[in-house]
Amino acid sequence: MKILVPVKRVVDYNVRIRVRPDGSGVDLANVKMSMNPFDEIAVEEAIRLKEKGVAAEVVVVSIGVAQAKDTLRTALAMGADRAILVTATDDVNVDLEPLSVAQILSKVVANEKPGLVIAGKQAIDNDMNATGQMLAALLGWGQGTFASALTVEDGSAVVTREVDGGLQTLRLKLPAVVTTDLRLNEPRYVALPNIMKAKKKPLEELSLDTLGVEVRPRLTVLKTVEPPQRQAGVKVGSVDELVSKLKNEAGVL
Amino acid sequence: MTAIERESMEYDVVIVGGGPAGLSAAIRLKQLDPNMSVVVLDKGSEIGAHILSGAIIDPCALDVLLPKWRNMNAPISVPVQTDSFYVLGEKEQTRLPNWLMPPFMNNHGNYIVSLGNVCRWLAETAEALGVEIFPGMAASELVYGDSGEIRGVVAGEFGRNADGTPGENYEPGMIIAGKYVLIAEGARGSLSLQIMKRYGLSDGREPQKFGIGLKEIWEVNPAKHKPGTVVHTMGWPLGRNAGGGAFIYHLDNNQVCVGFVVHLSYENPYLDPYREFQRFKHHPLMAGLLEGGKRIAYGARAISEGGWQSIPKVVFPGGALLGCSAGLVNVPRIKGSHNAIYSGIHAAEAAYAAIRKGRSGDELRAYETALREGPIARDLRRVRNVKPLWEKYGLVGGIVLGGLDMWTASVTGAPLFGTLHHHKTDAAATGKAADFSPIAYPKPDGKLSFDRATNVAFSFTNHHEGQPCHLKLRNPDLPITVNLPVYAEPAQRYCPAGVYEIVEDAGKPRFQINFQNCVHCKTCDIKDPSQNIVWTPPQGGDGPNYPNM
Repeated sequence: MKILVPVKRVVDYNVRIRVRPDGSGVDLANVKMSMNPFDEIAVEEAIRLKEKGVAAEVVVVSIGVAQAKDTLRTALAMGADRAILVTATDDVNVDLEPLSVAQILSKVVANEKPGLVIAGKQAIDNDMNATGQMLAALLGWGQGTFASALTVEDGSAVVTREVDGGLQTLRLKLPAVVTTDLRLNEPRYVALPNIMKAKKKPLEELSLDTLGVEVRPRLTVLKTVEPPQRQAGVKVGSVDELVSKLKNEAGVL
Repeated sequence: MTAIERESMEYDVVIVGGGPAGLSAAIRLKQLDPNMSVVVLDKGSEIGAHILSGAIIDPCALDVLLPKWRNMNAPISVPVQTDSFYVLGEKEQTRLPNWLMPPFMNNHGNYIVSLGNVCRWLAETAEALGVEIFPGMAASELVYGDSGEIRGVVAGEFGRNADGTPGENYEPGMIIAGKYVLIAEGARGSLSLQIMKRYGLSDGREPQKFGIGLKEIWEVNPAKHKPGTVVHTMGWPLGRNAGGGAFIYHLDNNQVCVGFVVHLSYENPYLDPYREFQRFKHHPLMAGLLEGGKRIAYGARAISEGGWQSIPKVVFPGGALLGCSAGLVNVPRIKGSHNAIYSGIHAAEAAYAAIRKGRSGDELRAYETALREGPIARDLRRVRNVKPLWEKYGLVGGIVLGGLDMWTASVTGAPLFGTLHHHKTDAAATGKAADFSPIAYPKPDGKLSFDRATNVAFSFTNHHEGQPCHLKLRNPDLPITVNLPVYAEPAQRYCPAGVYEIVEDAGKPRFQINFQNCVHCKTCDIKDPSQNIVWTPPQGGDGPNYPNM
């Protein structure tokens, strides 16, 4: 079985993001970029399935700017076999909408015919949490989102999902789409010898034209604002004082 | 400990450190011979992530390395327009006329840059020439050959548990070996120190001296932003407590670099370089510029200040020390990147010539000669007395005598005072708490000045949890038994990232190391009066993630 893993190049999770002075979006100048952490978990899970002998090949795909090649190389160094870059824009500030991404991915799926797609549940930049679901819908496949455990057996995937009330376990007929949650695994370190080897792994570049997809934005960003600054706290001397402040000043009791 | 199996890889030249020195060496090697295999290792998550500098660069060395750099899309686009120098009082300032400065102090023809971005550009240039660059890979150990020469380094070890045992995701890293190993770690590098000790490279030299440079990048009101403006200050708030001063450089995009340097030879153990910096921003000269602006990045790094007299022997069997691993900063010019680039060029040329003759693992004497007789020597020899004069006679005396000495050197080619000594290390210069009074620093206002923890968040620092603490104590009891009673444990104050704390545990003081905060400045390794802290690299990729520092 082949597993396809979409990976996104996003602002590194250590970076404190900053809104451009004109409020038109997040300032990406000089900002460190890296693989979306949920996608890293997806790559790790796919590689583990390959190591267990469940999967035969792991293909990673990224959609966006040419610089996303770095992200793909990281996935290859982790252990993926092959990479595909769909160049969709040359502007790092363009963030493709989930439906466009899902449409592009559905074309890649049609070409690659994977038995399973493992995707991050959301990207940490726009927090949409929609691409996996939309892809499953476009393909007419089953979906298991927010996975914290995954086993593949007898042509189906058993997915434990992190839902509000606890854990829900589903059995999905393959092919299917699974999206990863934080507890699914802890991604491996990228080993230096593997980075060297990854330079020789195949990385195919595709354009939107060759895939026959037209990307049309459906959303308009009206404004981007930073979260309000937290007000300074005060130290209280006693429980009574705390209760009185909660009652009389904060008005929450 | 059982021996760890490691893969190994052979290169012609291994370069540790992706700063201006290391990347220049890599570029020069590939220019001389495109078939040469060259690798650059860097502990930062990406090239530039651990670079912090003012920075004004003198393009003289870049003109030699990449004569066409002006047509190569280099992030070197803000020429210095105006250059002024102030001596500050608490509420006022006095501008010193520019004609007082010797001609080589002039910044005309120099550029205000982000050295981090310059390094990213140099890395792209090097990669296009075929250099292999691996950021996120800390070189943590030296590998020796049969004749005691340096053969290579261990790089990319990950996943040890806090107690040092290999964890579940352990990656042993690999041995990266070469005919020559060029060490370009920057000031107070951990491998450089081991090499200097093993081969006695500092024997007979003056001790290396250091400063700590703290820096913030501010986005200011566009009306107050004048690209190309350079301001340097001395005096308040340090006064007689320490040598040092501040810089204000107007970069592009409404960004201003505000930096503060404190010479680590200060005596008063109560001095807090970080809080001096925060206080400095409240001077009317600064407050007017910064009000309404926003601090967007913070960081700190030790600077080598020993100059000519402190440069160790720079070659050893199997390699060489480059850039600030050798300490090539010109202190009065407040610049070093041009010398770093020159050292990269010289070392590359020496290594290339040696490899062509079939040599390996020996000393690159031609590099030592080029450094001692070429442009680096011309730059550093004439200013060699400024730092010792400053230390001895304080601010005013140092400026007058240092200026006179530099003028003499500028006119006659030889400084007035011959060569002066540095005497003590910065650690030994630290005085006893009993002889000094604590300094009362104002509280940060959260607008112009910030507390340490808040600012550290703007260095975007991260260290993987669960790894061994990379700040090693030779004797874990010393901070409480000696440093606290004798020196009031200055680590609490000299560390710009709040790594070291004295906390009360059941009524007893305990020394706590928050290594996750460490911005890799190396000040603790330099200034600890007991010389008890050893800075070692944590896992690759950890540490600050500086944007355009």
